[in-house]
Amino acid sequence: MNYFVIGYYALLIGASCLAAYYSSRSAFLLLFSLTLVSFIVGIVGGESALWTITVCAGVLALCAGTAYAFREFLVIVLPVEASKAIKTAPLTATFGLFVIMTYAIAGVFAPIIAPHGEAEIIAGAFEPPNDEMLLGADQLGRDLFSRLVFGARNTVGIALLATILAFVLGALMGLIAATRGGWFDQLMGRVVDVIMSVPSLIFALLLLSIFGTNVVVLIIIIAIIYSPRVFRLTRAVAGNVVVMDYIEAARLRGEGLWYLIRREILPNSTAPLIAEFGLEFCFVFLLVAGLSFLGLGIQPPTADWGSMVRENATLISFGEITPLFPAGAIALLTVAVNFVVDWMLFRSSGLKG
Amino acid sequence: MTDVLGIVLKRLGLGVLTLLVISILIFFAVELLPGDIAQAVLGQGATEENLKAMREQLGLNEPAVWRYLQWLAGAIQGDFGSSLISQKPVTETIAPRFANTLFLASYAAVIAVPVAIILGVIVALLRESIFDRVANVTTLTSISSPEFFLGYILILYLAVKNPWFPAIASLSDDMTFLELLNRTFLPALTMVLVVVAHMMRMTRASIINLLASPYIEMARLKGTPAWKVIVKHALPNAWAPIINVVALNLAYLITGVVLVEVVFVYPGIGQLLVDSVTKRDFPVVQACCLIFAATFILLNLAADVGAILTNPRLRHPK
Amino acid sequence: MAAKEKDVLLKIRDLRIEGYSDEKWLEIVHGVDLTLHRGEVMGLIGESGAGKSTIGLAAMGFARDGCRISAGSIEFDGMELTTTSEADRRALRGSRIAYVAQSAAASFNPAHKIIDQHTEAPIHYRIRKRLEAQEDAMELYERLRLPNPQDIGFRYPHQVSGGQLQRAMTAMAMACRPDLIIFDEPTTALDVTTQIEVLAAIRDIVEQFNTAAIYITHDLAVVAQMADTIKVLLKGNEVEEADTETMLSNPKEDYTKSLWAVRSFKRAQKPRPGGDATPVVSVQNVSASYGDTPVLHDVSFDIYAGMTVAVVGESGSGKSTTARCITGLLPPTSGKIVMNGVEMPPSYKSRTKEQLRQAQMIYQMADTALNPKVRICDIIGRPAEFYMGLKGGKLKSRVDELLDLIELEPSKYYSRYPPELSGGQKQRIGIARALAAEPNFIICDEVTSALDQLVAEGILKLLDRLQKELNLAYMFITHDLATVRSIADEVLVMKQGEVVEQGAKEEMFTPPHHPYTDLLLSSVPEMDPNWLTTVLEERGVDNIGEAAAT
Repeated sequence: MNYFVIGYYALLIGASCLAAYYSSRSAFLLLFSLTLVSFIVGIVGGESALWTITVCAGVLALCAGTAYAFREFLVIVLPVEASKAIKTAPLTATFGLFVIMTYAIAGVFAPIIAPHGEAEIIAGAFEPPNDEMLLGADQLGRDLFSRLVFGARNTVGIALLATILAFVLGALMGLIAATRGGWFDQLMGRVVDVIMSVPSLIFALLLLSIFGTNVVVLIIIIAIIYSPRVFRLTRAVAGNVVVMDYIEAARLRGEGLWYLIRREILPNSTAPLIAEFGLEFCFVFLLVAGLSFLGLGIQPPTADWGSMVRENATLISFGEITPLFPAGAIALLTVAVNFVVDWMLFRSSGLKG
Repeated sequence: MTDVLGIVLKRLGLGVLTLLVISILIFFAVELLPGDIAQAVLGQGATEENLKAMREQLGLNEPAVWRYLQWLAGAIQGDFGSSLISQKPVTETIAPRFANTLFLASYAAVIAVPVAIILGVIVALLRESIFDRVANVTTLTSISSPEFFLGYILILYLAVKNPWFPAIASLSDDMTFLELLNRTFLPALTMVLVVVAHMMRMTRASIINLLASPYIEMARLKGTPAWKVIVKHALPNAWAPIINVVALNLAYLITGVVLVEVVFVYPGIGQLLVDSVTKRDFPVVQACCLIFAATFILLNLAADVGAILTNPRLRHPK
Repeated sequence: MAAKEKDVLLKIRDLRIEGYSDEKWLEIVHGVDLTLHRGEVMGLIGESGAGKSTIGLAAMGFARDGCRISAGSIEFDGMELTTTSEADRRALRGSRIAYVAQSAAASFNPAHKIIDQHTEAPIHYRIRKRLEAQEDAMELYERLRLPNPQDIGFRYPHQVSGGQLQRAMTAMAMACRPDLIIFDEPTTALDVTTQIEVLAAIRDIVEQFNTAAIYITHDLAVVAQMADTIKVLLKGNEVEEADTETMLSNPKEDYTKSLWAVRSFKRAQKPRPGGDATPVVSVQNVSASYGDTPVLHDVSFDIYAGMTVAVVGESGSGKSTTARCITGLLPPTSGKIVMNGVEMPPSYKSRTKEQLRQAQMIYQMADTALNPKVRICDIIGRPAEFYMGLKGGKLKSRVDELLDLIELEPSKYYSRYPPELSGGQKQRIGIARALAAEPNFIICDEVTSALDQLVAEGILKLLDRLQKELNLAYMFITHDLATVRSIADEVLVMKQGEVVEQGAKEEMFTPPHHPYTDLLLSSVPEMDPNWLTTVLEERGVDNIGEAAAT
């Protein structure tokens, strides 16, 4: 027993008591169960496990703090209506927004932010971090931090393009199918069923083996694989709008397909479609990262997070966490987008009821 | 019961039809190659003679439809032709690896399914509480992480820093079953983490959906005790959604296995597929894709049939 | 029924209930008092959102998820429900207080047989053994006049019709012979001819066992038959309470008066134009089907300019389908639609702009009839722009003119969105949109049934004025006979896709009728508290089931 362990438990138990005293039930439950878990983990894993928990808690607190500060910032900066919505947003959502904004800045201003070039070799292989290199060098002696920053542009950019393409394709078909109905609807439904009955990663691998791996092919293939999901959702959302009497009124007026889609259906389907765009982006992003990790996606020397994990994977067996940075960068962005989407879905379902 | 049988048969027929369409898709996708297979395999520098010999060997001079029928007939009997690289029969390469993959997937499923469903039900019952929110954030994080991220974290903490499990899941024939379980623990755990998160969320959603139905409120208003509401009123109607959740996630396991096998250098079908794609060994790629697709369709089919069989409205027709 | 002398069963004081929305708790019931004596039936009446169901459930010590009882006391037979343990409260439910839900089809568990659900509570509370409980269930089924009382319980809920399920649910509520039953809109989802059976069954059984009841509904005529006292609610507040007779004859508050206001508006019947006048719309021998199911059989009628034809019938009678055939949404399988002497192409898709313009439609639910994301001026302006090619200033002045026509201030409503409007205002916008096309024929599909009496009357008056000014022909689809009486010139009675009877209004409302018309007319509840008793006497109590079946 040293001071750290004693302090650790004292803090937790003290905080639990405070929570109980102020009868804040959920905080108490959380703190006390954490104390209990710590007892078990502490006995099994010793002091180092407690340190890990402390570090995790610290990181979480930091994230929560950032999210809180960012929320206050947004409330002040944004116009009245948007800030009203942001005010009630959970911290997870504002944290997500913060991360997305950071990534966007990193992606757009990559050449300015990165201290070194994307493919510039400046040191020996796997050189440890120093003043020059924040995170050390990779297997060829390139600056890992610079490559991470450029990766934000490449990996996210490609995923974004593919998602947009998939979305335009899928949403358009979905809207037309819902509005026109009949044989077109039936046919598209069947085609989508078939495409979706092949796992997406497998389908991507099959097509990549045939068409080879270059960026344009990659984007098109992913767009084709993912557009059926968008189609299904759009079809379902638009299907709910199409049965409304105002659509019938517009049809009976003699309005054309485009007017119906553009003026009547689309304005009433945007909320779920935007949320779906976020989800879809996560899927696509993970697929792009996965393919690159397998060596079949974005090709070197372009900096890309998936292939960076693969290239530096051997370091893991020496206990280095270097390969976890690009992997973590991928995870962080998907988590962030998911948090925001979760909040948006909650809002759209909550406002309906 | 005849109604149900009819619906099930119809669904099965649809499954077979889908598989047939997919086999066409997989076979003719390769036909889309710029040039043809021989050209693609031998590269730009190939001489006319070599190309000709290869075309002869692969039977490329026959019409594509004929070759498709031959391929399909072979595939049904378990013969997928031979590899372009090693010249060995594809089936011989795939069979043991497919068995390995199935082992890994079932290993993960045996742990994940009960854990996820129990946790999902608990979280659904505790909805809106702090535990529910923590679970929501945790599962969302787990879903969002790529499999290789989780895999490498596990390697770092459970294999390198604390050498409890082997980092590389290589297999040998003379292993005991326990040893096998130990060797494959980390890849299985990686998949468990992702699948449990998915399944928990889906179970939670379907249970909450179920608990919101008027007949559950009616049961509570009849004074039925809480446990009985769950066991007698919710559970009989929960089978369909739960079966659906399980099948969908098993299908997800099948895809997720590719990345995990590569991370842990596990000799499964996923790694074989990735290798073959890199080497452009088309017969192997086609065979792997067909097997993955068939498994996927089979699981979805099982979900649908399960849902049909447990639906009281269909079980007791008017 | 001098309930006052009997002892008090339920006493609610200053009940406040909060609902959770937008991350806040908002009060939805603001301090309601309620006293119910043994054997007394109290009607709770109000619009949706008045808090009727919430109060009904609170009487069982129950709050739905997302709701909580924040203050007040609920005393049931001397027991304070807000402070006792959940276990004690639960022990009351099903045994001493029972609940009958609005939708029996959704409230029976699809996985179990009806009788098993019926006997659950008595077995649980050890009031009866299984076999006894089943015997008792069959007896209750018989008392509630369910067909085949011995067998019906052994079916699954989806194998039994809606009206029968609702009675089975009432039987289930009676299983433990409770002191109090909460009826939550038990007949709202039913057709009028089924409703009357269920009402009669409920009233009888409640009287037989001298059970107290809270009867929740929005239908005044129904509550007048069932309740001894009536309490009127508005947005979570009590408006007033009195015994049924007093409440009907002499309401105090303005809001109640507005609810009670019997349609004062009645228009004289216009005769058919004689001689060789061409009907605006002529439906000739139209039959139609959905897929392979025939839904309309040989329907024929004419509508002349300036006339209103009311089409009445229950759900599934083919009223709306007829409208869909006229507009061309559902091309008839045989027969033809002729407008102003010109035969229309069967499908709306092959009709010309000019042909489409002639017939316009006004819908029942103004909420779904107006696109919530489009401004009022664009909703009304679009037909004028589309058909007349109006643009810019001309379009604006036309929209202003139309808004004036429907008695809405143009400057105030011009650039608003539909969700900002009240139900009646939305319905007026729907009318303006139809008028913008300058049609000579308008189909009104249950346009007043989603509205309050007063608002509905305003709409009817407006439609009548417009008819006079613009010489419009109306096809008025409705199930409400009061509406028919006030606005129709001719009436068409439909049943199962066929026209049962048609003729001028005055003829239709004076006997003798076709038996179905008679059944339909007599099944519509009237405000008179003795209506149900009288009707049942006329029909003979045991015959109501058969009468409905024929």
